[in-house]
Amino acid sequence: MFSADSTPIRSIIMTTHNPKPGESINGGEALVRALELEGVDVVFGLPGGATLPIYDPILESTMRHILVRHEQGAGHMAQGYAHATGRPGVALVTSGPGATNIVTPLCDAQIDSIPMVCITGQVPYAAIGTDAFQECDTTGITMAATKHNFLVSEAADIPRIVHEAFHIATTGRPGPVLIDVPKDIVDANNPRSAMQWYQAGDADMELPGYHPAGAGDREAIMAAAELIRQAERPVLYVGGGILKARAAESLLELAELTGIPVVTTLMARGAFPDSHELCLGMPGMHGNYTAVTAMQQADLLISLGARFDDRVTGRLDGFAPDAKVVHVDIDEAEIGKVRAVDVGVRGDCKLVIDALIECLAELGGPDAQADRSAWRSKVSGWQEKYPLFYEQSRPGDLLKPQYVVEQLCDLNPADTIVASGVGQHQMYASNFWKFDHPYTWINSGGLGTMGFSIPAAIGAKVGMPDRRVWAIDGDGCFQMTAQELVTASVEQIPIKVALLNNGYLGMVRQWQDLFYEKRFSGVELGPDVPNYVKWAEAMGCVGIRVDSPEEVAPAIAKANEIDDRPVVVEFRTDPEENVFPMVPSGHTNSDVVVHPAQRGE
Amino acid sequence: MPNNRFHTIVTTVENKPGVLARVAGLFSRRGFNIESLAVAPTDDERFSRITFTVDVESAPLEQVVNQLDKLINVVSIRELDPRSSVSRELMLVTVSVSDGHRSRILAHVDDFRAYVLNENSSVMMLSLSARPTRLDDFEEVLRPYGIVELQRTGRVALPSLTDEA
Repeated sequence: MFSADSTPIRSIIMTTHNPKPGESINGGEALVRALELEGVDVVFGLPGGATLPIYDPILESTMRHILVRHEQGAGHMAQGYAHATGRPGVALVTSGPGATNIVTPLCDAQIDSIPMVCITGQVPYAAIGTDAFQECDTTGITMAATKHNFLVSEAADIPRIVHEAFHIATTGRPGPVLIDVPKDIVDANNPRSAMQWYQAGDADMELPGYHPAGAGDREAIMAAAELIRQAERPVLYVGGGILKARAAESLLELAELTGIPVVTTLMARGAFPDSHELCLGMPGMHGNYTAVTAMQQADLLISLGARFDDRVTGRLDGFAPDAKVVHVDIDEAEIGKVRAVDVGVRGDCKLVIDALIECLAELGGPDAQADRSAWRSKVSGWQEKYPLFYEQSRPGDLLKPQYVVEQLCDLNPADTIVASGVGQHQMYASNFWKFDHPYTWINSGGLGTMGFSIPAAIGAKVGMPDRRVWAIDGDGCFQMTAQELVTASVEQIPIKVALLNNGYLGMVRQWQDLFYEKRFSGVELGPDVPNYVKWAEAMGCVGIRVDSPEEVAPAIAKANEIDDRPVVVEFRTDPEENVFPMVPSGHTNSDVVVHPAQRGE
Repeated sequence: MPNNRFHTIVTTVENKPGVLARVAGLFSRRGFNIESLAVAPTDDERFSRITFTVDVESAPLEQVVNQLDKLINVVSIRELDPRSSVSRELMLVTVSVSDGHRSRILAHVDDFRAYVLNENSSVMMLSLSARPTRLDDFEEVLRPYGIVELQRTGRVALPSLTDEA
């Protein structure tokens, strides 16, 4: 029998990392080993009382642990890692405040379908419900913020639950899964942690209610193909699901086969090359005129892994009034949730697109497609008349943020990964950066989490160390999560941050400017405090300040030369600049407002 | 008689802690109105059955079912249209028998095929298992005598049997 003060249960894992089936091992070691067996190479975390027993075996693990400065950072890093690599990101935080601090990233990952596994410490099982120190109801709090969560009650369940968690996080519609681990079952000093090791496989999973979608119904796909064949004004409406399904190549084939123009939503930027003649760019509230209007006037929307978000549709009763809808989604609950469909296909986007291509071939291939030449010329007419536009700054004026983004794009390789925060800078980045590769754009689309970019960029760089990673951030966002640049410095993760400092919470300011008679309330941050260059330097980064257009390119070049530490380039930008086009809230997309200089022609 | 606004959904769920909270939380955050809810174990100890009646005017039935299906612990879902299913609910009610109403209440008990479970000189405890609308009627009949306490279980349901061809 064990007692609480008996010799710690230590096993051979401490030296070999490879326990044999049936070998005595403790739950903490089992957790670490189970993570390794899921292919986890990096864990973003911050320890605490409840996770001490998990952090001990981590010292012997092959996994890299990255010590964050705030648990929110751990969550967004795991998201950035997952966005960039397609592999689930892993975060490890303690009970109570550790868990509550990571709720925002979980919510973010849930709404943007990011695969991640979050492990939270919990007070000992017997103490749950007693309001113990650093206790909170983590599974209760995160129920609506995760795809699924587990509270582990026995050490012996750990390998199975870890395998189930990764399975759920990465299959079907991906999402965050949380495993809440009471301290006693991982504590080498506690008899409740004793277990016999086993490697959990698919056969061990106990998930009788989980059946992720597969290939999609062939009859429905054929019906979709027939609608596509006949459509004279179709648009491929492409969402983040294309990227989750690794379907960018299939999409390219479908678009070229049919000659149908493509819009890529905020979550799908890069899923279809911006340089392609069929690419119309981003639709929605701050989409470009052509993407918005093409959807609005379409006779068929082919929605692939998109969910008719309110930021895309504008006022729903006036959205794409003449369009029939084909909706392909891996999540059946999305089909018809917002907009009634003519054909719904529940399935993996890649498999469904490949089947669509086969069905279109059966229906006669490119020659059998409706004549779309009039549609294409209409679309290119809009592109010509209303391109993305901004006015260059006059000498002595503050920088235009769009110019900074264009310069960044021009002076970096095409496969550079861009991570953005939330606000005006996010819209400038998503519109004015030209994305020609999938998985190069990382942002918080659904939840709109300010402060996302720096930790997400760090996670992306950890996952893709050979790629250049730029965070494009605003000053409001920067102040929310900048402390993770300390993590980046110490861990030698050389990301680059383009800080567009306009001294305001710019997007809120824009709405007050346009819809609240310029009554600016609670939006002024001021450009000078904090001193961003000094702050960057204090965190171990290189800090550079840029005030004028001619300094922009040299500063970017200088930042690109530095590869041994993070760089923050502060660009002083014009607070008066607003994001256009814009569909005012409550209006239909037919009311899209272009840049003032493009109006009244 | 049957109100087509209310559909019954019978789910089989894993018998694990927190599953009812997951289901209830889903209904709450998606804005689906639950009219009635009944939870009980099944003959297989690994599973429980949650039967609820939802107002399909608060949300399309399809959306309710599809969202439920995404809960990992929900194993199966069956929708029952009120026109082609049989539903029952149990009521326990304590009613005042003062003022010499005992015999009149007993007549209602006979009418409704209810049972007397317990009584003393001032109150009588009755039970009735029937269609939910019939429970409503029973309640109305008893109300004038003075209902002291009343509990209903929430309805359970199965599909109607049809003639086998």
